[in-house]
Amino acid sequence: MSILRLNNLGKAYKQYPNHWSRLAEWCMPGSRPLHHLFWALQNIHFHVSAGETIGIVGMNGAGKSTLLKIIAGTTQLTTGSMEIVGRVSALLELGMGFHPEFTGRQNVVMAGQLFGFPSEEIQRLLPEIEDFADIGDYIDQPVRTYSSGMQMRLAFAVATAKRPDILIIDEALSVGDSHFQHKSFRRIRTFREEGTTLLLVSHDRGAIQSICDRVIVLHEGKIVKEGPPEEAMDFYHALLSARDVKLIRQERQAYGQVQTTSGRGDVTVIEINLLNPEGKPIEAAETGTPVTLEIKAQVNTTVPEMVMGFLIKDRFGQIMYGINSHRLGITIQHLSAGDLVIGHFQFEMNLGKGNYTISTGVSGQESHLADNYEWRDGSLVFSVYNTKKPDFVGSASLEATLTIQQASPQQTFSPL
Amino acid sequence: MLGMQLKAIWSYRGFIWGSLQRDFQTRYRKSVLGSLWAVLNPLATILIYTVIFSQLMKARLPGTNDTMAYSIYLCSGVLTWGFFAEIINRSQTVFIENANMIKKLNFPRICLPMIVVGNAAVSFAISFGLFICFLAVLGKFPGWVMMGLVVVLVIQVVFAMGFGIILGILNVFFRDIGQAVGIILQFWFWFTPIIYPISILPPSIQSLIRLNPMVSVISAYQSILVYGNWPDWLSLAPTTVIAALACLLAFHLYKKRSSEMVDEL
Repeated sequence: MSILRLNNLGKAYKQYPNHWSRLAEWCMPGSRPLHHLFWALQNIHFHVSAGETIGIVGMNGAGKSTLLKIIAGTTQLTTGSMEIVGRVSALLELGMGFHPEFTGRQNVVMAGQLFGFPSEEIQRLLPEIEDFADIGDYIDQPVRTYSSGMQMRLAFAVATAKRPDILIIDEALSVGDSHFQHKSFRRIRTFREEGTTLLLVSHDRGAIQSICDRVIVLHEGKIVKEGPPEEAMDFYHALLSARDVKLIRQERQAYGQVQTTSGRGDVTVIEINLLNPEGKPIEAAETGTPVTLEIKAQVNTTVPEMVMGFLIKDRFGQIMYGINSHRLGITIQHLSAGDLVIGHFQFEMNLGKGNYTISTGVSGQESHLADNYEWRDGSLVFSVYNTKKPDFVGSASLEATLTIQQASPQQTFSPL
Repeated sequence: MLGMQLKAIWSYRGFIWGSLQRDFQTRYRKSVLGSLWAVLNPLATILIYTVIFSQLMKARLPGTNDTMAYSIYLCSGVLTWGFFAEIINRSQTVFIENANMIKKLNFPRICLPMIVVGNAAVSFAISFGLFICFLAVLGKFPGWVMMGLVVVLVIQVVFAMGFGIILGILNVFFRDIGQAVGIILQFWFWFTPIIYPISILPPSIQSLIRLNPMVSVISAYQSILVYGNWPDWLSLAPTTVIAALACLLAFHLYKKRSSEMVDEL
C-alpha cells in the first residue's frame, strides 16, 4: 500500500522583475500577471510504500530540497497533488528550526509541542532524547553555543524520538562522528523494519547504495531516472559528467547488468575484454593471477589528445581500483576519424572473491568530468575466485604471512 | 475560513502557552535580578511621568486642581499605548524573525502573532498591575468602571493584532514596512491625546484628530482611570468596526499569502 503518493506534482516560485511590479500586481486586481514562474519541480510522479527507503540524488539546484520541503509540509505545491498517510518527521537542511536563544531542553519541548505531542508524552520522551543525543550538560545551554554536530545530534534525536510513518533526512547523516552515525543508522533500520518510509537525500554513494531500495535522480526539477540504487547511481554519475540527460543511455545487457553510457561521443569504446595470459577472454579470474584488460576504442572525429582509463567496482559500487593512460605516463595524440585505439592494461588480479564491474572512460583530459568523450559504467562484469591462495575476507589481497613466537612466562620475554 | 484558523490556533495552544513561558524565562535568564526587571521597567516609566510632569513641571490637567490627576492621565495613556505599539512592532517582524522555524517545521504560522500578543499582554499585565497598585495606594481606584476597561482593552488588542498581522505579512514581501512602521507609530503617538488633553487643541484640529481610531480608545481609558466614568461607548463603535475589519483582512491575507510567504523567506 502506498503511504506517499505524488501525482504530477509541480512547484513554481514567482519571480518579479522588481519590487514595484509585485506591488502593482497586488494592488491592481484583474491586471495581467507581472511575474514569471520559475519551475523548481515539474511532473514529479511517484508512489512510495510503507517501509521502503528512497534515495533522492541530484546536482545542486536540481530541486531535491524543494521536494522534501513539500513532502514535509513546510512549502506548498503549485500543481498536482500529494497524498500522505500518517505522520511525517523531517530533518531539513541540517536542522529542526531550533531557536538559538532557547536551551536544548526548551527547544526539545517546543519541537514536541509543534509536533502536537501531549505534554505528558513530551516529559516521557525527554530523558530518551537527552540520552540519545548524548550532549551532556549542554542540554541546558542555549542552542547557539552548540557545535553543528551537537545541533544535528539533538535534531536527529528529536525527529526520531517517536517512530514517524515517513522520515525525511536531508544531508543529515554526514554530520556527527562515526559513533553517532552508527547509532542513527541502527535506529533508522529498526524504524524501517517497523514500517517507516525513509526519504534520504545524500551525496554519499555508499550511504545511498547500502540502505536505499530505490533511487530517484532529479535533474532541473524533473525525475530523469528512477530505479535500483546501482543503476540510478550510475546514471547520476554519468549525469555529473555529461550534464545533459540526452547524452546518457542505459541498456540492460544480456548478462543482466545495466550499462550506462554518457558523453559527447567523439570516441566510443566498442569492445572490452578481460584476457588471461594466453590472450583468451575470460569471465572469471583466479586471485593473484596476471590478467590483461583490453579496451578497443573507435575514434569518430578528429581528436588532438585522448586519455583512456578504467575503474573496477565491487557489487556495492565502491571503487576498488582505477587508473588511466595519463597517470601511467602514456600520451595518445593526433587521432582522426576512423582510427582504432586498442589499449592493453596489464595487472595482477589482487582482489578477493566476488563479483566486480568495470567502467571505462575516454576523455580529452585527465578527469572524465571535463571533455568527456565517453563514460561507460558497467561495461564488463567479471568474478574473482580464490582456489590457490588461503581463503581471506575483504576485497584487497594483501598476501599476509605469519610467523609466531611462543614464550612461556618462566622464560625471558620482553613485554615491549 | 476564520473558523479553521481559530481551530488550528486552539489545537496548538500547548505550543503557544509553552512559547510564552520560554520567552519569559529566556528574557531574564542571564540577569542577576531576573524577572525583577519585568517590574523595574514599568516602575521607572510610571515614576518618570509622575515626577517630571506633575511634580517638577507642576502641570495640571485642565479642570482639575490635583497634581496626581495629570500623572494618572499620563500613565493611563502611556501604558496602554505601549501595549498597542508593542503588539504592532513585534508582529510586523514576527514572520521574518522566525524564518528558520517556518522553513523547517510544518505548523500553523498564525500561532506566531498569537505568541506576540501573549507576550505583550504579560508585560502589560505587570506594568498595569503596578499602576493599579499605585492607584489603590493613592485611594484613587476607580471601582466598578474597571469592568469597562477590560472591554476597551479587548477592542484594542483585536485592532493591534489585526493591524500587526497585516504588517507582518506585508513586511515579508516589502521590507520597507519595517522601516516605515517605526516612523508611523511615532506620529501616531503624538496625534493621539496621550501626553496632552484633546481640549488644548483648536476645535477644527480636534474634529480632524478624532478620525484617528485610537483617540476613542485612549480617551476611554482616561475617562475610566482619571474620572472614574464609564467610557463613551458610542465613540468606540467605529474603532470596534475597524478592529474587526482589520482582523478579518489579516486572516484573509494570511490565508491567501501564507504559502507564498514561506517561499519568500
